[in-house]
Amino acid sequence: MAQVVFTPNLQRHVSCPPAVADAQSVRAALDLVFAANPQLRSYVVDEQGRLRKHVNVYVNDRMVNDRVSLSDAVAPNDEIFVFQALSGG
Amino acid sequence: MSNVLHVGTRKGLVTFTRDAVGWAPSAPAFIGQPVSAVLSDPRDGAIYAALRLGHFGVKLHRSDDRGATWSEIAAPAFPAVPNPDDKAPAVDMIWTLVAGGADEPGVLWAGTTPGGLFKSADRGASWSLNESLWTVPERAGWMGGGYDLPGIHSVLVDPRDSRSLTIGVSTGGVWRSADGGATWRLTGQGLRAEYMPPDMAFDLKVQDVHRLAACASAPDIVWCQHHNGMFRSTDAGETFSEIKNVQPSVFGFALGVHPHDPNTAWFVPAIKDELRIPVDCKLVVTKTTDAGRTFTAHADGLPGVSYDLIYRHCLDVNADGTRLAIGSTTGNLWVSDDAGRHWSQIHGHLSPIAALTFG
Repeated sequence: MAQVVFTPNLQRHVSCPPAVADAQSVRAALDLVFAANPQLRSYVVDEQGRLRKHVNVYVNDRMVNDRVSLSDAVAPNDEIFVFQALSGG
Repeated sequence: MSNVLHVGTRKGLVTFTRDAVGWAPSAPAFIGQPVSAVLSDPRDGAIYAALRLGHFGVKLHRSDDRGATWSEIAAPAFPAVPNPDDKAPAVDMIWTLVAGGADEPGVLWAGTTPGGLFKSADRGASWSLNESLWTVPERAGWMGGGYDLPGIHSVLVDPRDSRSLTIGVSTGGVWRSADGGATWRLTGQGLRAEYMPPDMAFDLKVQDVHRLAACASAPDIVWCQHHNGMFRSTDAGETFSEIKNVQPSVFGFALGVHPHDPNTAWFVPAIKDELRIPVDCKLVVTKTTDAGRTFTAHADGLPGVSYDLIYRHCLDVNADGTRLAIGSTTGNLWVSDDAGRHWSQIHGHLSPIAALTFG
């Protein structure tokens, strides 16, 4: 199970406790989290499912490459970090 | 007179209430967050605040207790397309929120960048894109005006017929619908764009309308602040006549119309895109009471030298036309209690003001 962790700054707007997801891609992991917490979705991705411009996602210490489809691979013990980019302040 | 003023700023929503002493600010709602549009719905008293979060996108909140508490509701969003690429549309900003007609409770309109018009029939619980406007061929020629993306900033709902809609697009002209948005026509004959090649100056689809406002008691009278001029329509936005030679400038963003006197309107002039500051750094409010034939510039109570720009949603007129408010990009807020002749500063240290409304 991959761990999914959200920036504490997002907690100001919407509940986003750490979660676990049995998934093989970032997209699949986030979709599982969003299914359990629908309000969170629009804060992380836009209506087309793309990562928001000023949100960054890391798998362990690697920033995701595919910000549109979020196809980056996830292994069972990976940690997925959802951060705000410094560019959006 | 309205004794409540909601002010949407770069750092939150501040509500001012007038008491015996003066205007007192509330604790801000959404502190630190950019507010892009505010609506006080006269039909049911609800207040809506649109946020444009720097990291987390466009959000919409509603208060049903005059701002004491807020609930997040659905924000307008484009339909998801299969296999989206970088060009698939997404709402960038809610630029204006407008209540539907008195006979259609719960109906709201939202104008957005990149140019989508959205309707809610359930007080913002859900939204739908107006597909017929989004798919007009002319939209391919819409351009950004101030912002990178084109946007809809004005939505006029005719109080005599809620199906009659007039919208302003920056940059994309004036569009009208007689059937509640099912079909649209490009109107605005007479608008003139001097920033375009000469042969395109009167092209309806390139007009950079900054703001449209109608007289509530005479809705066929529509005033327009345009990128390179001031215009007035006597046929609900079908055609416009240009108002020329107004000092100190015919450029500006904000516009207010007297709710009961279609000959009275207020503008806030500035120097256009090359500078975007008040003319001679001297903020004034110009007022006409004769349908634009003459104007008087009022500066009493406004600063001697300043760089305050009044954006298009930052001038409001109360229900009887006697009290006005303006808010600036520099975070200054002024109110006039004598129809714009004299102004009092009620706050000087807000963050940049994006929208304000009595309510």
